[in-house]
Amino acid sequence: MSKKDLGLLILILVVGTVVAIINPRFLLPINLANTSNLIGLFGILSIGQAFVIITGGIELSVGSVVALLGTLFIDFIAVRGMDWPLAFVLIIALGAVIGLMHGWLITRLKLQPFVVTLCGLLIYRGVARFYTADGTAGFGFGQNFPDLEFLTAGRSYGVPNSFIALIVISIVMWVVLHRSVFGRYLYAIGKNEEAAKYSGIRTGRVVMAAYVICGVLTALSAIYFAMYTRSISPASHGQFYELYAIAAAVLGGFSLRGGEGSLIGVILGTVLLQELQNLVNLLGIPSSLNFAVMGGVILIGVLVDQQWGVFRARRQMIDATRKNVAGAPAE
Amino acid sequence: MNCGAMNHGVMNYSDTSIVASTVAPFLSLESVRKTYPGVVALDGFSMEVRPGEVIGLVGENGAGKSTLMKILGGVTRPDTGTITVDGVEHDGLTVEASLGSGIAFVHQELNLFENLDVAANIFFGREPLRAGPLKLVDRAKLRVMVAPLLKRVGANFSADAPVASLSLAQQQMVEIAKALSIKARLVILDEPTSSLPLAETDKLLDVIKALKAEGISVIFISHRLHEVERVADRVVVLRDGMLAGTLPKSAINHDQMVKLMIGRMLKEREKASESARAPGGVALSAKAVRTSAYPDRPVDLDVRHGEILGLAGLVGSGRTELARVLFGIDERFGGSVKLDGKELALGSAADAVASGIFLVPEDRKLTGILLDLSIAQNISLPNLPAHAKRSLVSASAEVATAEKQKSNLGIKAPSVATRTGTLSGGNQQKVVLGKWLAMNPKVMILDEPTRGIDIGAKAEIYGLMRALADAGVAVLMISSDMEEVIGVSDRIAVMHEGQISGILDKDDFSQENVLLLAVGKKPN
Repeated sequence: MSKKDLGLLILILVVGTVVAIINPRFLLPINLANTSNLIGLFGILSIGQAFVIITGGIELSVGSVVALLGTLFIDFIAVRGMDWPLAFVLIIALGAVIGLMHGWLITRLKLQPFVVTLCGLLIYRGVARFYTADGTAGFGFGQNFPDLEFLTAGRSYGVPNSFIALIVISIVMWVVLHRSVFGRYLYAIGKNEEAAKYSGIRTGRVVMAAYVICGVLTALSAIYFAMYTRSISPASHGQFYELYAIAAAVLGGFSLRGGEGSLIGVILGTVLLQELQNLVNLLGIPSSLNFAVMGGVILIGVLVDQQWGVFRARRQMIDATRKNVAGAPAE
Repeated sequence: MNCGAMNHGVMNYSDTSIVASTVAPFLSLESVRKTYPGVVALDGFSMEVRPGEVIGLVGENGAGKSTLMKILGGVTRPDTGTITVDGVEHDGLTVEASLGSGIAFVHQELNLFENLDVAANIFFGREPLRAGPLKLVDRAKLRVMVAPLLKRVGANFSADAPVASLSLAQQQMVEIAKALSIKARLVILDEPTSSLPLAETDKLLDVIKALKAEGISVIFISHRLHEVERVADRVVVLRDGMLAGTLPKSAINHDQMVKLMIGRMLKEREKASESARAPGGVALSAKAVRTSAYPDRPVDLDVRHGEILGLAGLVGSGRTELARVLFGIDERFGGSVKLDGKELALGSAADAVASGIFLVPEDRKLTGILLDLSIAQNISLPNLPAHAKRSLVSASAEVATAEKQKSNLGIKAPSVATRTGTLSGGNQQKVVLGKWLAMNPKVMILDEPTRGIDIGAKAEIYGLMRALADAGVAVLMISSDMEEVIGVSDRIAVMHEGQISGILDKDDFSQENVLLLAVGKKPN
C-alpha cells in the first residue's frame, strides 16, 4: 500500500470515528451493511473507470450505460421471460461491445475520449428512455428470482454479496493492473503513449482493451444496480454515476493525464465517497447539500495531495543539494 | 584543431563590393565571443550588415550560427565584444532592444497561431481597438493596416484566411509581413527553405529581393547553398565559432562555400572503428520506399550484415522520416522493405520489433524512454512477455536482464530501480540501447545517437555500434555530425531532399564529398 493510499485510509477512519461519536447509529449493522452494499455497487463501476483513466482517457457514458443495460436486463427477465443466466451473459456482452466501440472510435478513428463518451452518455440515455417509452421498467407482482436475488442483493453472514463481489473483482483486477504484462502496458501508455509505441507495444489494442474492461464492469454493476433498485425509470436511473466513478478514482490518486493510480486507491476513494453520503444522512445535513459536501472534500483532498507532492519534491532537492555539498558523488 | 594542408585559413577579399562602403552599416559585430561551459560557441567573430544588403550566412551544424542568432535576438549576451546597431554601441542586446532597433526573426519553426486568421496573426497583441470600454478589435482598421504589408511581401492570399489553410511558404510570408509591421530594418531568416518544396522556395526568394529593394537588410541562413548563391550579396561563412571567410558577390560559388565551411584536415580515423571483418549479405533492403516528407521521391537503400551504414544529409532531407518508415512508426507510401530477403508488412513498430528491427530514436526523452519508469522497466518494456510467467511480470527476471545490460553498457546509476528521468543524457541513451541489445537485434537504426551526449559516452556508444556490427548486426546510423559519420561508418549514404544522392565507400570518404552530395552535387 502506498503512502497515498495509507493517508486516504487514515482519513476514512478519522471521518468514520467522528461520525460514530456524533451519531452511534453509524456503526449499527444495518447501516454498515447498507453502506457496504453501495460501496460494492459503486466500487465495481469505479474500477472500470480507473482502467480507462490510467490510459489518460475518460469514460463519461457509464451512468447512461447503467440505465440502458439495467433497463434491458429487467426487461429481458421480467417481461420477455428470458433465463436470467442467459440475460446476464447477454448484458455483459453488450457492455463489452459498447466498450469496444468506444475504444475503436478513440484508437482507430482518433476521436477524443471525452467527445466519444459524452456522445455515448446522451445516446444511451435516450435509447433507454425510448425503449421503455419513458416508462418504468420493473418486476411484476410476485415475480421472484431467488438465486439471482441472493447473488446480487442478498447477504452472506450479514455481509452484502455485492460487497463480496467487489472484493473478488478487486483482487483479480489488482493482479491485472499491478502484476500483469497488460497492466504494465497500461501504465506505460498512460505515462507516454509515443514512447510506448516506440517500444513496440500495440498501444491501440491495449487502450481498446481498457475500454472493454470498463464496459464489462459497468454492465456488471448495471445488473447489480437494477437488482438493488428493482425498478428503473431510465430518465434518472444512474444519473451522475460517471462522476461518482471519476471522483473515486481522482480521490484515490489517479491522474486524469494518465499513468498514475492504484487499485487500492480507487476502492478507498469509493469508500470515502459513500462514507460522506452516509455522513450527510446521519448528521442531519440537508440532503440537498450532498453534492456540495462531496465536491468540497474532493477539492480539499486533491489540494492537500498536490501540495504534499510539492513539499516532498522541495525536500528531496534540498537533501540532494546537501549531499552534493558533503561530497560530490563519484562519476 | 589540425592546421594541415587543407587549411585555407581566413579568406579576405579586398573587393568592397557593390553596396557602397560609404554607407554606414546598419549592424556591426566586433570581436564577439561567447562561451558555454566547455564550449567556445563564438570566438572573436566580426561581421557587418549594410542597409539593403542580403547576407548569406552558412556553416555546418554546430558552427555557431544559432548562438549568433541568440545574441542578435537579445536572448543571450556575448562575453566580450560589441554590437553596434544603427550607430548605437551595445555590449549586448536585450530582447526589447533588439526588437526596438528593428531586428526581426523568421524562425525555421514558425511562431504563428494556426487557428487565427492572417490579420490577427500579424498584429497579435497590437490590434487596433475601437473606442469604448469593451476594447473590441477594430476589424476594418486592422484590414486597412494589413493590406499594404501583404502587398509588400507579394501575398496571394487574403488577410481573412486562416493561417492553417496556408502553405508553408505563405505562412512564412505572414511572418515576414509581421516583421515589416514592426518596421523591421533587418530581417533574419533562419533556414526558411529547409521545409519548403522547390516551387515555394522561389516565391520566398522573390520576397527577399523585394525586401532588399526597399532598403531592408536580410540575413539568410541556409544549408541550401544554391539558394544562397541566388540571393546573397555577400556570404559570411562560420566555422567552429570563427569567421572562416566572407565572399563578395563575384566570388560566391558553391565550391568556395564548401571549402570555407570545412576548411580543415579530417581527423585521423580511429583505429578502433575499423571494421574487423568484411560485411555480409544484405540484411535490410528498402525498394522504392516513399515517406510522408517526400511522398513523390522513392528511396532505395540496402544495409548489409556487419556494417555500419552512415546516413548523412542536411536537416530536413528526409532521413528521420525514412528511419520511422523502416521502423513501422510512419505509414509507408508505396515500395517494399525486405529483411534477409523476406518481405515485411511493417504496419506498426510492433511488427518491426518482432522481426528484429530496432530504432534508437532522435528524441530520447519523448520517444526513446519513459522517464517515469525505472531502468529495469524501460529495458524490459519491448520484450515484457519474455519477462513474465503466465502473463504476470516477474520482477526478478526484469532485474536480471537490466543488471546484465547495466554492467555491459556501463550505465551509471545507483540501481536498476532508479527512475530513468534522473539519469544523464548519455546514461539515458544507454538505457535505450540496452532495451534493444537485450533482444538480439538484426537491424539497428540509430537516429542521431550521440546528440547532446558528452564526449566520453560518445566514444562508448561508437564502440557499442562497432561491436554490434562485428556480431553481424546491420547498423544504420543517421548523423548530422560530419566527423562522426566519417569516423564511424563503413559506408556513407547521403540524402538530399528526400532521395539518396549518393553512396560513398570508405576510400571516397571526405567531408567535402559528403557535403557535396548533401546539397545535391556530384562528389569529386
